Amino acid sequence: MLTAHWLYGLSGCLIMALGLRAVLLNDSLLQRIIALNVMGTGVFMILITIAYRGPDATPDPIPHALVLTGIVVAVSATALALTLIRRLTEEQDSD
Amino acid sequence: MIITNMLFIDILLVMSILSLAWATLTATDVRRSVIFFIAFGLLVTLAWARLQAPDVALAEAAIGAGLSGALLLTAVQLRPRGTLPSEALDNEKQNRSNRADLRSSAAIRWAVTLLCIVLAYILIWALLQALSSQTNDNLAQSVNANLANSGVSNPVTAVLLNFRAYDTLLELAVLLTAVLGIFALSEERAGYAPAGAVFNGLVSWLVPALILMAGYLLWVGAHAPGGAFQAGAILAAAGVILRLAGKPDIGLPVSSTSYLNIILVIGSGLFLLVGLTMLALGRPFLGYPEAMAGKLILFIETAAMISIAATLILAFIGGRPHNREDG
Repeated sequence: MLTAHWLYGLSGCLIMALGLRAVLLNDSLLQRIIALNVMGTGVFMILITIAYRGPDATPDPIPHALVLTGIVVAVSATALALTLIRRLTEEQDSD
Repeated sequence: MIITNMLFIDILLVMSILSLAWATLTATDVRRSVIFFIAFGLLVTLAWARLQAPDVALAEAAIGAGLSGALLLTAVQLRPRGTLPSEALDNEKQNRSNRADLRSSAAIRWAVTLLCIVLAYILIWALLQALSSQTNDNLAQSVNANLANSGVSNPVTAVLLNFRAYDTLLELAVLLTAVLGIFALSEERAGYAPAGAVFNGLVSWLVPALILMAGYLLWVGAHAPGGAFQAGAILAAAGVILRLAGKPDIGLPVSSTSYLNIILVIGSGLFLLVGLTMLALGRPFLGYPEAMAGKLILFIETAAMISIAATLILAFIGGRPHNREDG
């Protein structure tokens, strides 16, 4: 039976695939980093959907903990990647 | 009736999330992409709340939408370097013409698109299999069975800081590695002009409120949604606001490298120390005694919050701070 939380899982799959396409095909480095973050959010959405146990039941805490870790790791990776881009632009400008 | 209303909200939310994701990924202007991405993050926060994941919703609102947005916006702001956006775009296109040619060739675009369609199909198939099969929550059941011994009553905090404490220790190591990489790559970028009276007034209200809220989230994480990551992100937001208001001081001991280093390392350092102490006492690594578990978790979380906040603020200012006293 199709219930509401399936919608989130399905859109998570779509967001993940769309994000991957943009990561591979986009020309701008910054937009590829944004696409990587969007792709990650798609994965999180799939995980949170799997953890869902209905409106009255407690959800599975393990995927929640995984996603929390994922969000923090994603922001630190994003910060490092942005600094790399900044350095790259500086090097190109000084050439 | 209530169910149909909720379903209606779900459909609306999912459609908005999908269209914002599409807009983020297809916008030709990077600025637009960033703004769409922030809006996307905020709506995803609502989806987490709807799927009964309040811990994740708090982290997403503070980090996913808030701090990632702030980081990306500063990156975009620095981007054009005095040229008009279109000129910058042309320059960039020229610089990368070879790679762009390769990537924009029609065959490759189609191949990648096909690959992604196949991937989406496999993911949807796997997800439907997972959702329609009889769920056998062995792990979730053992979390519930041992929750009383974990020292906290919020199952997510119990998983993060007790049952799977290894993961969180390594996560703090990832944060430390990221900040070391940022230090190696660049110096702090130029600060902002001092704020006017109105913004300063807002800052003097907002920063204490954020600090109080971080303390609350840290404390409440033991039995309700919250915890070190959310609290650290809120503290970092206070630092970001101080930075935007042009304050020389961003809540960190910027004039002392050694204090700053201690603050960055304290989270993973104390965590590791607690783990090793357990080993020395003949217990498994990070296997807290039941009577002490609650206190040890709060102790580790406080240290972790400080390191997380410092890491995120330093990521925002873009590198090792200049020594203010030397000028």
